[in-house]
Amino acid sequence: MSDGGAIVVVDVGLGNLRSVERALRAALAAEGRAPEMVRCTNDPGELREAAALVMPGQGAFGDCATALHRHGGALAKAVGAHLAADRPYLGICLGLQVLFETSEEAGGAHGLGVFRGGVRRFRDGMTDARGERLKVPHMGWNQVRPTADAHAAWLGRAHWYYFVHSYFVVPEAAALGCVAGETDHGGAFTSAVARGNLWAVQFHPEKSQAAGIALLRAFVRGAA
Amino acid sequence: MTVARRLIPCLDVKNGRVVKGVRFVGLRDAGDPVDCARAYDLAGADEITFLDITASHEARDILLDVVERTADQVFVPLTVGGGVRTRADVDAILRAGADKVSVNSSAVTNPGLVEEVAGAYGRQALVVAVDARRRDPNDPGAGWGVFTHGGRVDTGRDALAWVREVDRLGAGEILLTSMDRDGTGLGYDLALVRAVVEAVGCPVIASGGVGTLEHLALGVLPIAEGGGGADAALAATIFHDGHFTLREARDYLRSRGVVVRDDAAPENR
Repeated sequence: MSDGGAIVVVDVGLGNLRSVERALRAALAAEGRAPEMVRCTNDPGELREAAALVMPGQGAFGDCATALHRHGGALAKAVGAHLAADRPYLGICLGLQVLFETSEEAGGAHGLGVFRGGVRRFRDGMTDARGERLKVPHMGWNQVRPTADAHAAWLGRAHWYYFVHSYFVVPEAAALGCVAGETDHGGAFTSAVARGNLWAVQFHPEKSQAAGIALLRAFVRGAA
Repeated sequence: MTVARRLIPCLDVKNGRVVKGVRFVGLRDAGDPVDCARAYDLAGADEITFLDITASHEARDILLDVVERTADQVFVPLTVGGGVRTRADVDAILRAGADKVSVNSSAVTNPGLVEEVAGAYGRQALVVAVDARRRDPNDPGAGWGVFTHGGRVDTGRDALAWVREVDRLGAGEILLTSMDRDGTGLGYDLALVRAVVEAVGCPVIASGGVGTLEHLALGVLPIAEGGGGADAALAATIFHDGHFTLREARDYLRSRGVVVRDDAAPENR
């Protein structure tokens, strides 16, 4: 990284950060870069200094939103400033959902509101084209279709990624331009969004083997 | 497309070593679980499971070290089970880098553990392993009992009632092993797989009895097409003994119309 800044994994206290950290280190090593530039922290000061932010998180939208807005919203402000400056951001799972405004799951909770729209739960009792029951959570490997060539450059053309989630983002009509990738689970849902140097995905690149490491390599290249 | 059916190789680990050696070409150390897991990762396993069969609970640190070293190098979901008794055991395994913990006997003696772990980590982190045996070997209508301790102890519970209960308590998945078929190579107990798939809302992993690729396909094909309808197939011997590679298994499943992951997308080659 030109300015020596770190790739900071934002610790909001939800989910397994170690696996994201490990996969980022592997991606950096594969790019011939120093794995030590990855750091996990919840210190807003370190977030403000970061060259790139990675926001993972598994669990509830409400818990994530609460953590970001705690202590006068120091974390939310640091992330917001980072995004406003269009510095590289990778959201994973909750790190995607929290970019939106609200969630069915947590009535009063507010996300970062970077994109207009909400977060909705998969309906129970969905079936696929063969009439087979689709389960919630949506768990396992599924394909992501990029919506444009520019997004295929980082998502691949039809790569399989590992998903574990019951909720998905629903951008409002005015925000549909952010949709970078779609996946089928009882109909198509938004599985990736992008805007400038912001990328966010519903799946787990850190658990998606070669396809996931390739995505993380593309991210750390952009974070140089 | 839709979510793919998963193939999960399972490694039995004792005192930090793989019990049944894995016969892979070019493997440095066929007894090292970390090397074996890496080889399966590279071969395209959708997930990897370690089953710890170490007798002594005191040797736990060896397993945790194996989990940690595996998590450093393997980037597919890792499930660890065997001898998980307490919440502290669960915490230690997840902290070491596993994505899911599998509980068996301890769920039977303490169903509260299922609720507690699901509440703390989310259902996706918890697999409940159920070892089921037919009440009457020749009559699936007589039902299945739940057994523990490698099939030696009859809990007196009915398998279908038990899977419904753990589904309700917060199991993220059920790892269903037929004790009648385990180790026989005769194929899954499909009547059991179907009954459990229809009884619960969470995903079901079929295990026990796979001897051929046809057996794998039958486990995960839709019930309406004569299969078991499972979401994933766990197998040990047929992969370890080198008779079939994971890629051959996936190609076969695809030829039978099963949706499986393709890890060889053109731009990955």
